[in-house]
Amino acid sequence: MGGGLLTALIFLPLLGALFVIMQRDGRGVWNSAFIFSLIPLALSFYLFYAFDPHSADYQFSEQYAWIPQFGISYHLGVDGISLLLVVLTTILISLSLLYSGGGDIEVRPREFCFFILVLESGLLGALLAVDVFLFYVFWEVMLIPMYFLIGIWGHGRRIYAAIKFVLFTMFGSILMLVAIIYLVYSEHVHFGRLSFDLPLMFQVPLTPAEARWLFAAFALAFAIKVPMWPVHTWLPDAHTEAPTAGSVILAGVMLKMGAYGFLRFAIPLFPGVAVEATALFMALAVVGIIYGAMVAMVQPDLKRLVAYSSVSHLGFVMLGIFALNVQGVEGAIYQMLNHGISTGALFLLVGMIYMRRRTREISEFGGLWRSAPVMAAVFMVVMLSSIGLPGLNGFVGEFLIMLGTFLRQWIAAAFAVGGIVLGALYMLWTYERVMFGPITKAVNETLGDLDAREIAVLAPVIALMLFMGLYPRPLLMRMEPSVAKMLAAVHVEEAKLHEEHHSLARLSIPFGHPESKPPVRAVAAK
Amino acid sequence: MTPFNLAAINFAWLPILPLITVAIAAITALLVGVRVGDEESEGLGWLTLAALGIALIFTLGIVGQSGLAFAGSIAIDGFSAFFEIAILIAAAFTVLMSLDYADENRLPGAEYYSLLLFAALGMMLMATAGDLIVIFLGLETMSLAVYVLAGLRRTEPRSNEAALKYFLLGAFSTGFLLYGIALIYGATGTIKLGPIHAALGGQMMSNRLLLLGLAMMLVGFGFKVAAVPFHMWTPDVYEGAPTPVTAFMAVGVKLGAFAGFLRIFLVALAPASSEWSWVLWAVAALTMTTGNFIAVVQTNIKRMLAYSAIAHAGYILVGMTAAAGQAGGAILYYLLAYGFTNLGAFAVVIAVERRGEAEDLIRDYRGLATRAPALAGAMAVFLLSLTGVPPLAGFVGKFYIFSAAVNQGFVWLVVIAVLNSVVSAYYYISVIVAMYMEEGGVEVAPMSRKPALAAAIGLALIAVVLIGIFPQPYIEAASNAFTSAIGSGAVGAASLVP
Repeated sequence: MGGGLLTALIFLPLLGALFVIMQRDGRGVWNSAFIFSLIPLALSFYLFYAFDPHSADYQFSEQYAWIPQFGISYHLGVDGISLLLVVLTTILISLSLLYSGGGDIEVRPREFCFFILVLESGLLGALLAVDVFLFYVFWEVMLIPMYFLIGIWGHGRRIYAAIKFVLFTMFGSILMLVAIIYLVYSEHVHFGRLSFDLPLMFQVPLTPAEARWLFAAFALAFAIKVPMWPVHTWLPDAHTEAPTAGSVILAGVMLKMGAYGFLRFAIPLFPGVAVEATALFMALAVVGIIYGAMVAMVQPDLKRLVAYSSVSHLGFVMLGIFALNVQGVEGAIYQMLNHGISTGALFLLVGMIYMRRRTREISEFGGLWRSAPVMAAVFMVVMLSSIGLPGLNGFVGEFLIMLGTFLRQWIAAAFAVGGIVLGALYMLWTYERVMFGPITKAVNETLGDLDAREIAVLAPVIALMLFMGLYPRPLLMRMEPSVAKMLAAVHVEEAKLHEEHHSLARLSIPFGHPESKPPVRAVAAK
Repeated sequence: MTPFNLAAINFAWLPILPLITVAIAAITALLVGVRVGDEESEGLGWLTLAALGIALIFTLGIVGQSGLAFAGSIAIDGFSAFFEIAILIAAAFTVLMSLDYADENRLPGAEYYSLLLFAALGMMLMATAGDLIVIFLGLETMSLAVYVLAGLRRTEPRSNEAALKYFLLGAFSTGFLLYGIALIYGATGTIKLGPIHAALGGQMMSNRLLLLGLAMMLVGFGFKVAAVPFHMWTPDVYEGAPTPVTAFMAVGVKLGAFAGFLRIFLVALAPASSEWSWVLWAVAALTMTTGNFIAVVQTNIKRMLAYSAIAHAGYILVGMTAAAGQAGGAILYYLLAYGFTNLGAFAVVIAVERRGEAEDLIRDYRGLATRAPALAGAMAVFLLSLTGVPPLAGFVGKFYIFSAAVNQGFVWLVVIAVLNSVVSAYYYISVIVAMYMEEGGVEVAPMSRKPALAAAIGLALIAVVLIGIFPQPYIEAASNAFTSAIGSGAVGAASLVP
C-alpha cells in the first residue's frame, strides 16, 4: 500500500480549489492558489525520487472497494508510463498559475484558480487511475473545468470554441464508455467475475470482430483527444481562443491524455488489433505531421501557428507509439514531455507578446530583438527545442521516435523526416519575421522586455529543456521496465501473426520468401 | 375466511398507514384551508410538510415487510417502500419550493396543497398496487389532481391551456389503459398481478387478446411517462403549469407512472418480454432522439426541461427494453438520480423566475454566475448531472442502465443512447454558457429571503453529489427493492391477511 500518497496528490488540489472559491477576490487568491499548487508539485517530485526504476509494476498502489456491485474499486497506481506525465502536470499547473497571476487574467480570478485546481485533480486522477471506471470518471471530470476556462476567460469566439471542444471530446469518450461496459460484460461472461480493474481485463478472450470494434471505440476517443488528423479540427479553435494558461495546460497535458490512453488502454487491451492497425495509424500520424506543419507555416496568427504545430508534433508521438518497439514508445513518451514543455513555453511567450500589444498577428511584429532582447533569447531557445536541436530536449525524443519508426516501417520514417524539415522551416521563418529585421511598427520600439515574474515562469522551463536534452537517462530509465512489459504482450500477438502468416505462406506459395512481407499485409489478405 | 375477523383487518391497515396518512392530510388541508382562507397558505404548506414527514416515518416503519393485503389488491414489498419514500420526498421538495411561490402567485392554498397530497396519494397507490384495478385507481387519483394543479394559475391563459390539454389527452390515454386492462383480464381471467404472471407461458403467448391488451397498456403508460409518439402534451403543460407543479410532474408523476409501468411490465408481464421488448426498443430510441433534438432549439427553460424529461424517459425505457438482469434496479436508481436532479433544477428555475411575468427564457440566465454565484453553481451541477457527467448522480444512473442493457445484448440501443447524450450536452451546456459566459439577464431576488427554496436547492445539490460519488447504498437499495417485488414469481406472495 502506498500510504495514500497518490490520493493526496489527486485530492489536495481539489481541497485547494474549495479553499480558493471560499475566499474573496483579490491578490490573496493568486497566492493561495499558487501555494496549493506547490504541494502536489513537491509530492510529485518525491514520487519521482522514490519511484523504483527497476520495477514494471504499479507502485504506490492503493485499492479500496468503491461500488462493489459492479466490481468497481478505487484503485490507484503509478508506473513508468504515467510517472513522468504526473510530474509534467504538476509543473505546468504551477507555472500557469504563476503566469496568470501577473495580469493575464483580470476578471473573476477566484473562479479561474478554482477551475485550474479542479483541472489538476482531474488530470492527475486520470493518470493515476488503474480501475477503468475510475479512469473514465476523471477523464470526463477534466473536460468541464477546461470548458469553463476557454468559455469564460478566452478570446474572440470563445463560446464557439468551448462548445466545440466539449462536444468533440464527449462524442469520442462516450463511445468508449460503451466499449468499457461491453468489455467488462465479456469478462463477466467468461470468468464469472465483475471487475473494472485494468490488469484483469487484459485476459478477456474476444473474437477478432469484437476486438476490432472495441479497439475502434477506444481509439476514436483517444485519437480525438490527441488529436490525430482528421479529427483534429477542434484543436486550433480551442487553442487560439483559450487564455494562455488554458492553452498551456491543454497542449501540455490534456493532449497527452490521448496518447497516454493509447499506451495504457487501447494497445495493451487489444494488442492484436493494434498490430493490425499499425499501418493505418502510422499513415494518419505522418499525414498529421506534414499537414500540421504545412498549415502552421501559412498562419498569420502566432497562436494559431503554435496550435497547428501541436498537430504536427503529436503526429510524431503517435508515430513513435505505433512503431510498437521500445525505442519508438520511449521516444513517444519523451516527446510528450518535450512537447508539453516546449509548446507550453511557446504559448507562454505568445501570451506575453499578446499582453504587450493586444495582437498576435505576425505581420504586426518585427525587430523585437532590439526592444526585448531577453525575450528574444528565450524565444530562441524554446524554438530550437521545439525544432529538435541536439543538446536540447526535443532532439532526444525525435531521435528515438525516428529510430523506432525506421525499424518498423522505413517509409513512414522517410516521410516524417520531411516533417522535421518543415518544422524547422516554419519555426525559423516565424522567428525571423517576429524577432529580426527592422522595427516596422513604432509601438514595438518601446516594447517592454520580460519582467521578473515572466523570467521566473520561463527559467525553470529553460532549465528543464537543457537537463532533458543533456541527461535523459534518469527519465528513460524510469519508463523502460513498464514500456518493455507493455510491449511484451504486443510482441506475443505479433509473433502469432507472423506464425499464421508463415503457415499460410507455406500453404500457398511454398517457394516464396514470407519474411520479406510485413505482417500487416498478411492480415489484410485474409 | 371469516368475514368479521377483526384482528385480520387491523393487521392489514398497518401497511397502508402511509397512504391513509396522506389521504387524511389531503382532506384536512382542504377543510382547514377553506376555513382560514388563502392568506394562510404558508401555514398550510408547513402542515403538509409535517404530514408528509409522518407518512415517511410510517413508510420507514414498514420497510422490510412483505406480503399482500386486501385480498391481493395491495402489495407491500421493497418495491412499494422504495417508491413511496421517493414519492414522499418528491412531494416534500415540491412543498418547500411552493411556500413562497404560492403566496407570490396568489395560488389558492387550500386547493393547492390538498391536490398535491391527493396526487401523491395516487402515485403511492400505484406503487403499492397488487392488481390492475388499483393501478388504474392510483393513476386516476394522481392524474385528476394534477390536471387541476396544472391550471391553478387561473388568470394565466397558458396555465388554462395546459390544464385543458393535459386533461383531454390524459383522459384519452386513460381510455386506452382501461381497455388494455379489460383485454388482459379477458385473456388471463384475472386482474391480479401475481396470477397474471403465473398464467403467461405456453399458448398464452400467442393469445391475440393478450397482445392487444399489451399494446393498449403500452399506449396508456406511454402517455403518462411522456414517451414519443405520445409526448405532444408535455412541453405545453410543463410550460403553462405553475413551476413547482411542473417540478412535481417531472418527478412525482414520472415516479408514479413508472411504478405502475414497471409493476405491470417488468414484474407481472416479464415472461412475455419477448413480445413487448422490441416495441419498447423502438419507442426508447424514438423518445430519446426526438426529445433531445427538439430540446436543442428551445428558448424557454421550462420547455427545454420538458423535452429533456422526454429524453430521460427514453433512457429509462432503454432499461425497460433490457427487461431482465440488473435492469429493474437500474431503473429505480435512475429514477432516484433523475428525480433529485430535476427537483433541484426546477427549484433554481423558481428562484430565477420574475414575479408575475414569468417568461422563463434561457436568455434570463445570462450572467447569473456573477449576480448569484451559488445559484448558478447549483444549476450548473444539476445540468451536468442531467448531461451525465461523472461523478454526479445522473452519470451513475446512465452507467447503470447502459450496463444493464449491454448485458442483455442491446448494444446498438445503448450506442443510440450515448450519442443522444452528446446531443443533450449541447442544450444543457447552452444554459451554462448563458450563466457563466454571457452578460445581461434578469435580477434575482436574494435567496436569503426564501429560506425554504434555498433549502430545497441545497438538499437536492447534496443528494446529487452524494448519490453520485457514493452510489453503493442506493444501488443496493434499488436492486433489492426491485428483486423483492411481489408478483414476479420469484418472491412468494404470502398474504398479510391470515
